[in-house]
Amino acid sequence: MANTALTQTYNPSTKKGGTLKAAHSADWDSLDPADTYYGYSFNFGRYYWRTLTTYKTGAGPDGNTVVPDLAEGLGQPSPDGKTWTYKIKSGLKFEDGSPITAKDVAYAVARSFDKETFPHGPSYLNELLDWPKDFKGVYKTPDVDYKSAVEATDDTTVVFHLKKPFASMDYVVQMPMTAPVPKDKDTGAKYKEKVVSSGPYKFETNEIGKRFTLVRNDQWDPATDPNRPALPDRIEVQLNVNADDLDNQLISGSIQLDIPGTGMQPAALGKVLPDPALKARTDNPTIPRLWYVSVIPENKPLDNIACRKAVMWAADRVANQTAFGGPVAGGEIATNVMPPPIVGQEKFDLYATPENKGDVEKAKQALAECGQPNGFATTMTFRSDRPREKALAEAMQQALARVGIKLTLKGFPSAAYFSDYAGNVNYVKENGIGLATHGWGSDWPDGYGFMQAIVDSRTIRDAGNYNLSVKNPEVDKLIDQASAELDATARAKLWVEVDKKVMEDASILPVVWAKSLLMRGKGVTNLAYNEGQSMYDYVLLGVE
Amino acid sequence: MNFLDVKDLKIHFPTDDGLVRSVDGLSFGLERGKTLGIVGESGSGKSVTSLGILGLHKGGRARLSGEIWLDGEELIGASSEHVRRLRGKKMAMIFQDPLSSMHPFYTVGHQIIEAYRIHNDVSKQVARKHAIDMLGRVGIPEPARRVDSYPHEFSGGMRQRAMIAMALSCDPELLIADEPTTALDVTVQAQILDLMRDLQREFNSALIIITHDLGVVAELSDDILVMYGGKCVEYGTTEDIFYRPEHPYTWGLLGSMPRLDREPTERLLPIKGSPPSLINVPPGCAFHPRCPYAERTKGKADTEVPALAETEGGHLVRCHLDRAERQSLWENEIKPVLETQ
Amino acid sequence: MVTYIIRRLIGAVAMLIVISMVTFGIFFVVPQWAGATPEALASRYVGRAATPETVALIAERLGFNDPVVVQYGRFVKGLVAGAEYDYGAGVEQCPAPCFGYSFISGQPVWPDLVDRMPVTFSLAIGAAILWVLAGISVGVLSALRRGSFFDRLSMGTALAGVSLPIFFTGMISLVVFSYGLGWTPPGGAWTDFTVNPAQWAYNLLLPWITLAFLFAATYARLTRAGMLETMGEDYIRTARAKGLRENQVVVRHGLRAALTPLLTLFGIDFGLLIGGAVLTETTYTLPGLGQFAILAIRNQDLPQVMGVVLVAAGFVVVASLVVDLLYAVVDPRVRLS
Repeated sequence: MANTALTQTYNPSTKKGGTLKAAHSADWDSLDPADTYYGYSFNFGRYYWRTLTTYKTGAGPDGNTVVPDLAEGLGQPSPDGKTWTYKIKSGLKFEDGSPITAKDVAYAVARSFDKETFPHGPSYLNELLDWPKDFKGVYKTPDVDYKSAVEATDDTTVVFHLKKPFASMDYVVQMPMTAPVPKDKDTGAKYKEKVVSSGPYKFETNEIGKRFTLVRNDQWDPATDPNRPALPDRIEVQLNVNADDLDNQLISGSIQLDIPGTGMQPAALGKVLPDPALKARTDNPTIPRLWYVSVIPENKPLDNIACRKAVMWAADRVANQTAFGGPVAGGEIATNVMPPPIVGQEKFDLYATPENKGDVEKAKQALAECGQPNGFATTMTFRSDRPREKALAEAMQQALARVGIKLTLKGFPSAAYFSDYAGNVNYVKENGIGLATHGWGSDWPDGYGFMQAIVDSRTIRDAGNYNLSVKNPEVDKLIDQASAELDATARAKLWVEVDKKVMEDASILPVVWAKSLLMRGKGVTNLAYNEGQSMYDYVLLGVE
Repeated sequence: MNFLDVKDLKIHFPTDDGLVRSVDGLSFGLERGKTLGIVGESGSGKSVTSLGILGLHKGGRARLSGEIWLDGEELIGASSEHVRRLRGKKMAMIFQDPLSSMHPFYTVGHQIIEAYRIHNDVSKQVARKHAIDMLGRVGIPEPARRVDSYPHEFSGGMRQRAMIAMALSCDPELLIADEPTTALDVTVQAQILDLMRDLQREFNSALIIITHDLGVVAELSDDILVMYGGKCVEYGTTEDIFYRPEHPYTWGLLGSMPRLDREPTERLLPIKGSPPSLINVPPGCAFHPRCPYAERTKGKADTEVPALAETEGGHLVRCHLDRAERQSLWENEIKPVLETQ
Repeated sequence: MVTYIIRRLIGAVAMLIVISMVTFGIFFVVPQWAGATPEALASRYVGRAATPETVALIAERLGFNDPVVVQYGRFVKGLVAGAEYDYGAGVEQCPAPCFGYSFISGQPVWPDLVDRMPVTFSLAIGAAILWVLAGISVGVLSALRRGSFFDRLSMGTALAGVSLPIFFTGMISLVVFSYGLGWTPPGGAWTDFTVNPAQWAYNLLLPWITLAFLFAATYARLTRAGMLETMGEDYIRTARAKGLRENQVVVRHGLRAALTPLLTLFGIDFGLLIGGAVLTETTYTLPGLGQFAILAIRNQDLPQVMGVVLVAAGFVVVASLVVDLLYAVVDPRVRLS
């Protein structure tokens, strides 16, 4: 039945053996734990790496909480929130039988600092930790001691020193930068060709860009690892598979897992949705991703909040949802910034309109208040290689025309969208950009993980911005407060405040909280959707 | 019975526009050692006749009727395979343009060897010796070297000699030469004609020379058949045709003969108009629209097809004019003009 | 002859130099006209949400801060004299011809290209055999039975073959034969010939047929047209007049001449294909040069793009040289000069 795996484990099993066949429609950014930044990679990587913490495996709302993995327990923050200590288990071993110690974790964190060697990985730890000024990475400055940022005080203790208080550390250390790397096996940029496993599987073959195979790592001790049942004997992964063919193979059963886990292609959706038998094999979760329109206060008259509110009121949310693929393939109509799967999210609606189709009268009132009673003209950007964003821009154009706001639509290639166009401050100013389609997914499912990058005005630089429109000192202040709040409940409330403040500021027009349509592979056992991963929980999978 | 007897040969081609009567009731005979010239403009049906005798229309769209007797065998009713075996061996053909008629990718020797080995079960070495021998006999210098040359490496005259060598390689008893000299220089033309006469004597074969140029057949032929619109309009000995021609068309051909002493474009008695359509053949005498004497036929020119009638000694003419009138026209009007040279 | 080949090879090298400069130019100069900074270029090769510091580091590492001429010079030097690659934990020597290292994966380009060649060769050779056999025989039969039902059917099919794109026929045939009937393996199946020839052929069967269908269509049409033309030539009449059997006339005299012009086409087609059967490889997920090219372009991975463009162009150049040499063998009228 459809959506079974959202709330429970589908086809539960403890049977070991068999080969899990997986495929990816593109290339991995990197298999190196320091150099990868995709949800699927964090999810899948747990087959061959272990990190200090990890998401609680399995279905249900608990999936977005973190539990210890290498560590014996969650992190111990100092009272000021600037020092986090993790105790790791003993008896852990790399695939070559050598012991995994706190030193290997600290080294892994330190090596991930070198963005010239590892340009793909996230830079949270570069930003958060108190790195020595003369530290340029473990390769360029091998003699510089980095213990002011991260240190192994003994074989089982890792200590992180932060520049400022930060509450979500347990979420950050579930990322693969904390996966241990033995220093004597580290080959820098080439390490991804031969990653030394700390998890239940190790590489048998690895052809970069084409395929790789994982087999059991006999040095992994299940007694130290309650999170991974490690059911298949073998995992085969094929890369750069034609996306449409990948869906076909998933439907037919010649592969069992679609690695990216972001949903099926439009061609396959057309085949799956009308077919009850195929639809029964699908799960349709709401994921922590928001598709939205940035309402940019940079140029007149959108620098006036009343004009931004006019946009909020005039938008036709149903048309926008339809543009994004409708309720199943697209998502749920979003009324605020944070998507439902985020811990502590609250749903609220400051701009409720009849049937969600917009309110022309209220929009006109706002326009009058803004001093533009007859509307105004501005430009809206979208990513031209994304049909849904184009459709969204067109829907906005129609809806806003009802109140006299004329939109000129401009499409740009994805690759340069943030660097050269919508995320480029000069471009936005010089070309009078008022609206921009945008989408954001969180790196981890709490307020900081989702909100910080897109609403903190202090992240804004000349080019390559992801925060296109939120420039509100009150928002920034709330972010600092929330980041430092060690009490989880209070912290969540503060993030809801941030959300409300952004909506009041009318600088983000939410469109949909995205849903993905995932298909359960044929012959796959023990399958569950994990909210933390926003995908099936890969380490649980088995085969019949 | 002659060595070759063609009786009431008809070769028609059905097309989308109608039936093309390329050859329409042609009869003639030819003995071994004798030469027949078939003369007419392009489209008169002379080449179609020759291909018909060789059986090259078989299996195509053409409709053939009548009889072709070669050495006592009837060919129109014979199987394609049987006629194929005769082709190249008993009867052979020399084509007009030796450059386009020889395969550009094979050596001259290869093409002669191929022709020889179709009909003679011999090794390549033997066939090659034969090819060199044949090339020598048609007057190609250094045949042992030239045998490995490609057609494009030969001059026009040499190519035609090679073509003749190929046609004669199996000692054919009937040789048909279709415009054998048209593509050649005037001096080379004479050499090739001499060669053909010599070879014909040597092989004692029956020879049909097809040409639009009476000059070509003047020296070579025993008999001449003049074709117009798919039919024979005059037939006689070479003397008959040159000294006592009775058909106005033949007079025209005589007047159109290119001569060494004249510019090729200069014509004494040009034939006005163009050859008839073979689909809508003019009613009555096919030549009447172009005939200067059509009004002298008492209205028969465009109503009645004139019969091919014998005048004397096997001289046949297809014309509505009285014999006396024809003779008088020739003696008083045509001959003097032609003799002004 | 030798002089001719040497001259042609020099011309080929000159052409490759021009191609490399144009590719380089398109990659660097065009974005610069559009106002892209070195950082904007570098931002393609970093991960999600990279900081400006990371982008600046990568711009420097990839040499984007140097003038394009210097960058091109570095590329050429790598080709001629080899290069060095700093992978953090050490330095690797990349011997000439060094096409450099992928901007994205850091993998050396040349071994990756070499690695993918057998896939594309296998695909091209199998398909070429199929399409030449099928295209020519259908074309000849069509020409000999001009206007017949067979002729109209095959030429209609050929028209479809020419018109339908590979990703369409490929996807349809995958759906029907792999997922529907289960006769052929799914996309992505590839076995090296040296490992298991039977499996190799079985895996490639569908790509071969799909690719051959497209080309066979063109070849059938051209063969038919060529045969119709040559069978009307005087030398065909001569061949018949010699008493040759009709099949010998068709094969030795007609086909021989009709196929000669196809040789050029075949050389270029084959040269292009071994440089990468882009659509077929993408549709069937075959790890060949074509798929490599698509990924390189999609990722804007300059060293890979340069490598695959030059290798592909090299194949075309060599193929056309081979064709010209063969032409002189096939058609004695052709003189190489």
